[in-house]
Amino acid sequence: MNIQVRERPEPASPVAVKTAIADCDIHPARATPTELYPWLARRWHAHLETIGAPAYHGMMGGPPYPKAQPNASRRDAYPPEGGPQGSSLSFMQAQHLDPNNVALGVLNPLGTGQGLRNHDLATALCSAINDWQVAKWTSQEPRLKASIVVANEDGPTAAAEIRKRAGDKNFVQVLLLSRNVEPLGQRRYWPIYEAAEQAGLPVGIHAFGYGGNPVTASGWPSYYIEEMVGHSQCQQSALASLVLEGVFERFPKLNMIMIEAGFGWAPSLVWRLDKVWQRLKSEVPHVKRPPSEYISERVWWTTQPMEDPEKREHLLELIDWIGWDRLLFATDYPHWDYDDPSRVLPAGVSDANREAFYLGNALQLYGLA
Amino acid sequence: MTAPIAGGVDCDVHPAVPHLTSLLPYLNDYWRDQVTTRGMTDLISQSYPTCSPISSRPDWRPAQGKPGSNLDDMRAQALDRFQVSHAICNPLYGVQMVFSEDMADALCRALNDWLAKEWLDREPRLRGSIVVSLQSVEKAIAEIERCARDPRFVQVLLLVTGDMPLGKRAYWPIYAAAERLGLAVGIHAGSAYHNPPTSVGWGSYHIEDCVAQAQAFQTQLTSLIVEGVFVRHPTLKMVMLESGFTWLPPFLWRLHKFWRGLRMETPWVDRAPLEIVRSNIRFSLQPIDAPPDPVTLNRLFDHMQSDELLLFSSDYPHWQFEGDAVLPEGLSDDLVKKIMIDNPHATYPRLKVPVAKETMP
Repeated sequence: MNIQVRERPEPASPVAVKTAIADCDIHPARATPTELYPWLARRWHAHLETIGAPAYHGMMGGPPYPKAQPNASRRDAYPPEGGPQGSSLSFMQAQHLDPNNVALGVLNPLGTGQGLRNHDLATALCSAINDWQVAKWTSQEPRLKASIVVANEDGPTAAAEIRKRAGDKNFVQVLLLSRNVEPLGQRRYWPIYEAAEQAGLPVGIHAFGYGGNPVTASGWPSYYIEEMVGHSQCQQSALASLVLEGVFERFPKLNMIMIEAGFGWAPSLVWRLDKVWQRLKSEVPHVKRPPSEYISERVWWTTQPMEDPEKREHLLELIDWIGWDRLLFATDYPHWDYDDPSRVLPAGVSDANREAFYLGNALQLYGLA
Repeated sequence: MTAPIAGGVDCDVHPAVPHLTSLLPYLNDYWRDQVTTRGMTDLISQSYPTCSPISSRPDWRPAQGKPGSNLDDMRAQALDRFQVSHAICNPLYGVQMVFSEDMADALCRALNDWLAKEWLDREPRLRGSIVVSLQSVEKAIAEIERCARDPRFVQVLLLVTGDMPLGKRAYWPIYAAAERLGLAVGIHAGSAYHNPPTSVGWGSYHIEDCVAQAQAFQTQLTSLIVEGVFVRHPTLKMVMLESGFTWLPPFLWRLHKFWRGLRMETPWVDRAPLEIVRSNIRFSLQPIDAPPDPVTLNRLFDHMQSDELLLFSSDYPHWQFEGDAVLPEGLSDDLVKKIMIDNPHATYPRLKVPVAKETMP
């Protein structure tokens, strides 16, 4: 959504009257292509300028499904000093953090080293992104927290990056994407989960990524809308893989967050998982309890893009089935499908649930309460 | 338990091909020779391993042979038991998995002839689905036209996962043929395994493939709607078979929201996704991915905002329910009648066509 605000002055004291919120999905961008160079070995500067950063799809730059707007971002979010949307801290503060009274903002950088075919380059870029998040964002703005971005296709190296950042209060989670070379429950990714658990950090799984697999189980679709709607299906398969490969059983303190892929699918998926598990549990003896138990104890969902039924009571019933303690409010700033915190919840939600939804659940999960 | 009423239509039963050799009488000399000379094995898909618990209810599993391979068993366990007027046969035999379009076509023709001869001829309550493979659209249409001369065939049967999303324009001539001939297009769970079985790659376990069917239906529904299949074919009915349906409401909320935001990309989609589903898409009743309490289930029906979407199915012999609980608890009498009789007849116009003997060409 685009909100044209620049021509109008902000109301005099919005912060004082708005309740504080957590925004669990903010996308910081680099102002220039070379902004990471100070944290990147010289070898990689030349590599990026000659060969680029090849991913598991054919495009040298940009995504294979063109976005709906430049950088998939709000047209009103270009910083006045130039650069792409989301690349200016001062403008993010003025346009989003201050007027919406964001008390906690979790940064999820995209377009990093994740999902690159050259794993050494991926590792270098992810490490640089993590340094950059601290230098440019979290050290300048205490309301913002960073995600440890890891080159997940190389499990041991990714685990080393997590260990390097463990204990650093700038970071509140490990960030993965949903679409990878293999489903996320596969063993190649287990070193990441082991390191995250040891560091006491949840693993956030954000929609997107390219792992070389068609983005539907029946091949490549035609349109961006199919990719966008399809994130919920990719996320369902990723979560099913995590449960059925036994990740939650093997790493009993590990929590996970499903980011930007909807949450409406959760009840139906869980009912299906439980039903099929009853029939086929002998195939997966490492899954010792019904899938619903792992998911209800260990999985959270960010809210954006908010489920939006015709009848608002349907939304409230849906959240009742998932649990009001499971949802983490997110806006997806500065992306085009941004959710406005003042508009997402219907009337009729108790004060306690409203507070949990907007702030309390996030503070609790991220250990900031 | 809600009791079934007599005269219903069971929209998803699975007669099993006992073995690839059962199709030999229906293959020509060349293909019979290919099958035998090359030592081809039985075409059993990983989607339904014969001995997997999902492939048969324990009390429906025969002492020998594949579940669903015996007509007398089907009569006793499903047709008589649920007092149906009709049952629609959806053979799940792995003919879609082969890569050669010629071989796939020969096997589909044999399978359809086998169904007509060994099942439809012997049991007047049975109706058939025309199994086609999508390796060749041209051959699929020829097979649809050939079988459609027999009014006992009431739909075209596709698998939910194959080579390309089903909304792709290359497949539209198939939908045109179905619409022209008064056939529904049934899309059944199962994969040709020409792509990884999930949208995030290959899992390790059979159970993952089972869970993934629901996600595959969701992406196919997106594809069919946004490519514009129902703009071109407004009277075409498509039936999601063994798809589950409790995912539908939140799926449609999400699709609707993105459709509103991204209409410029697919401007030909002239109606809201929910309206398209109401007019063109139906779902078989089983499996019911929901807790077994009537309150939640009735909330889910309310979220679906239509009582015309569901078609009665037992999914015989697959293991979806126990005893006679083919209908979930808490359905109103009106809804039972809609699901068992009215909705299937509205979906399959050929059920009303009188059937003469010896109709198969």
